[in-house]
Amino acid sequence: MPAPLLEVKNLRVEFPTRHGTLVALDDISFDIAPGEILGVVGESGAGKSLTGSAIIGLLDPPGRVASGEIRFDGRRIDNLPYEEMRKVRGRQIGAIFQDPLTSLNPLYTIGRQLVETIQTHLPVNAAEARQRAIRLLQETGIPAAEARIDQYPHQFSGGMRQRVVIALALAAEPKLIVADEPTTALDVSIQAQIISLLKRLCKEHGAAVMLVTHDMGVIAETCDRVAVMYAGRIAEIGPVHDVIHSPAHPYTVGLMGSIPAMDDERERLLQIDGAMPRLTAIPKGCAFNPRCPRVFERCRSERPDLIDAGNTRAACWLHAADTKAAA
Amino acid sequence: MSAASIMAAQPLVEVHDLSKTFDVSAPWLNRVVERKPRQFVHAVDGVSFAIERGKTLALVGESGCGKSTVARLLVGLYAPTHGRVSFDGVDTAATFKSGNAQSLRRRMQMIFQDPYASLNPRWKVADIVGEPLREHGLVAGTGGVSSRVREDALKVRVAELLLSVGMAGADVEKFPHQFSGGQRQRISIARALATQPEFLVCDEPTSALDVSVQAQVLNIMKDLQREQGLTYLFISHNLAVVRHVSDQVGVMYLGRLVELADKAALFSQPRHPYTRMLLDAIPDIHMSGRSRTPVQGEVPNPLNPPTGCSFHPRCPHANERCKQERPALQRLKGILIACHGVEEGRI
Amino acid sequence: MISSSVVPAAPGAWARFFAGDVWHSFRSSPMAIGSAVVALVCIFCALFAGVVAPHNPFDLATLELSDSMLPPAWMQGGQAKYLLGTDEQGRDVFSALMYGARISLLIGGASVIVSVLIGVSLGLLAGYAGGRIDVVIMRVCDVMLSFPSILIALLIAGVGRALFPQAHDSLAFGVLILAIALPGWVQYARTVRGSTMVERNKEYVQAARVVGVSPLRIMRRHVLPNVLGPVLVLATIHVATAIQTEATLSFLGVGVSPTSPSLGTFINEGNKQLFSGAWWLVIFPGSMLLLIALSMNLFGDWLRDALNPRLR
Repeated sequence: MPAPLLEVKNLRVEFPTRHGTLVALDDISFDIAPGEILGVVGESGAGKSLTGSAIIGLLDPPGRVASGEIRFDGRRIDNLPYEEMRKVRGRQIGAIFQDPLTSLNPLYTIGRQLVETIQTHLPVNAAEARQRAIRLLQETGIPAAEARIDQYPHQFSGGMRQRVVIALALAAEPKLIVADEPTTALDVSIQAQIISLLKRLCKEHGAAVMLVTHDMGVIAETCDRVAVMYAGRIAEIGPVHDVIHSPAHPYTVGLMGSIPAMDDERERLLQIDGAMPRLTAIPKGCAFNPRCPRVFERCRSERPDLIDAGNTRAACWLHAADTKAAA
Repeated sequence: MSAASIMAAQPLVEVHDLSKTFDVSAPWLNRVVERKPRQFVHAVDGVSFAIERGKTLALVGESGCGKSTVARLLVGLYAPTHGRVSFDGVDTAATFKSGNAQSLRRRMQMIFQDPYASLNPRWKVADIVGEPLREHGLVAGTGGVSSRVREDALKVRVAELLLSVGMAGADVEKFPHQFSGGQRQRISIARALATQPEFLVCDEPTSALDVSVQAQVLNIMKDLQREQGLTYLFISHNLAVVRHVSDQVGVMYLGRLVELADKAALFSQPRHPYTRMLLDAIPDIHMSGRSRTPVQGEVPNPLNPPTGCSFHPRCPHANERCKQERPALQRLKGILIACHGVEEGRI
Repeated sequence: MISSSVVPAAPGAWARFFAGDVWHSFRSSPMAIGSAVVALVCIFCALFAGVVAPHNPFDLATLELSDSMLPPAWMQGGQAKYLLGTDEQGRDVFSALMYGARISLLIGGASVIVSVLIGVSLGLLAGYAGGRIDVVIMRVCDVMLSFPSILIALLIAGVGRALFPQAHDSLAFGVLILAIALPGWVQYARTVRGSTMVERNKEYVQAARVVGVSPLRIMRRHVLPNVLGPVLVLATIHVATAIQTEATLSFLGVGVSPTSPSLGTFINEGNKQLFSGAWWLVIFPGSMLLLIALSMNLFGDWLRDALNPRLR
């Protein structure tokens, strides 16, 4: 079992506000192995984007890491000074964000942005950096890369721009890529292209990926494992096939049931009544207990940790050894 | 309530050769000085379909295909450049222009995509949902009744509408920012239902919502359709959602309707190459491992559409005729389709 | 059937305001509180000058020529009765400050109100209607902006004087207010036009159109409340500018008539006395003007920042 590339242990992210301290991420822990694609899925407000931001060290103030640690390649990165983190970002960890329009500087050619990134992190001269950039563009499927490298972002379409962003993320040969909703702003047919591109390139470059999205279909197509987040906590984590086909946490069950699928013949979609609690009003015990169809007494008072439940791990008392023994 | 059991022979909504062209030319001065030509976008180009009472027609397509423009043409937010929209046999464009459109507007309403922009942030829910009631004089209280009584009657009616979409009566006094996205969308639905319309145009009503919230809203919409005999035009880019709610599905590409069929037929036997490509592109959540044709190219710039059939640059079956001649929308094998390949029996 | 008791009473508008972010931001900003207090004190003194001021410098019966040209109280030759000294007619400078501030604030405030009314209406119309109406209004704005505002004000004041040589007080006021308001409406029109164009495309406006609400009603009831935020900020700062413009015009002699002098008039007259060494006749009115303008500017600055995160 190789050592994990990224280890997140008991991470807690807080936002001090005038209404009190909001806990946006509450004691989450997970690992990413080298070369693995981990999906982080959840609905709005679950904290999945914040997890990505915390890992790349780009939390918007006043948000801050209150406790816990993030280790990359064995080394702690959550408490690094700004300059050190800047070196890690880009060289070790690359990032892809949702909106390709704002991820690229409209005033510089993409060639210049690529070369700048490459030269910042790798010891190569300008000519070699340019060659690398052209190769990257070719790999991401941009036609006539030699000519297009000197064009500006506005001369590319949305899907092309996202390919450039992927090229930028891979430019310094990082070991981990954090991709935050990389296909949400794209058309369906382009989504499919970008997903398969991301998967293929990351395998070829040996980069692990943390893919944050709300789209379960994208997760099913790309990821090896998936973590389902709810109200700032991880509800379930496990291999993608098991989480989708035999979910252990009632929230995951509800989530899978509410997604209309192509072979679905149901009249009504499964619906989870209520809504995800706001950060200011997270219930005591298990955060999902007010909406859970299988709630019992323990759920309302004690918060469950991730417990082994078949092939996945779920934060649910239904799978605790003593609950099963009593049943 | 309007009777769902009336089996009218005539469809409720009929659209014939509908077109809308936008003039996106540079300002006059720029055109003269820089010698730029006038530029037009054919957002909707010769679309025809019919929706029967109590049924749901879904229009799907990617960005720039014109489905949102069709929605707005139907409710009178735009006037058609060409073609005709009939509602219950009456030409809507003429009615909207005449200024006497209130009775028509009562019978059709619209739900929008963005739950955060569809409600005026400064108004209370009572005013938001009450506006159609006020505008059409639907709440008792004319002549002799004090305005206080009228206000109370309005709030009671608004509370009834909120209950019918699964919200609480007490929500009438709150402001939009106190609600989540799914709740706001329900308030939009309540507003649309205030005039007891027969026809609802829904422009991507669940695209901005989380999956579990989407399920709630879709279930409500289906329930309401069943209870009140509503007819829906449902716009979406999400084929799985479309499959769940629709009876008939129309596929649009760059302003043109390329295929229109019953739901079962379209999803089991898609004929148009673009429909096939769309269906192949959907991420397969159950990972059934079915074989898929890889998707090629991107949607072209609507300012400069390809000649002939606008899909030909991306179509694996395109021939010379496809590059020159625009395929007409024809009835073939029980569906409406615009494709030379299907017409010629090649595909 | 639901009884109306199911619908509860809502918290009032004031209750909501004091629970909100803007009030909280105000309470925690010393500059905001400070500038608001200073501005309010000045406004209070100005409005109630008749009660607050120790003397009435315009009541000729109370003036004593023997008390003319006295320096401020703490200097040699000054008297405690006239705290900041007197002018060549024996008028108390301290009282004159308040009476003068009253005129200045009234004119400044009225000009801003007129500016806002014209600017917001034209901006709404231009933004909502678009097309030719928008082009015409914007070109008018461009033309107005190419003239320095003082020149326009001078032009209007001069024309007014030529047309109505008798220069009745109220008419002179009206002309002056117009002179200051006319160059000023353009900024409101532009801001409101921009915001209106954004709001017009939002779905709640489209929903109102689908319901069949008339365009005028949509502009007034839907769009207007949502575009007033930046107008408030501009207006606060504009009051300071308007007062200064009025002072400039009065200083140049084309402002208010001498019978109802403003701070600008006092500065003008005091300036003439400067060579005789009576510095207090210029410094104090000037400082009062500065104080009012500065406090309103600072308050407007704070207001812009306080409203911004919410607008985001």
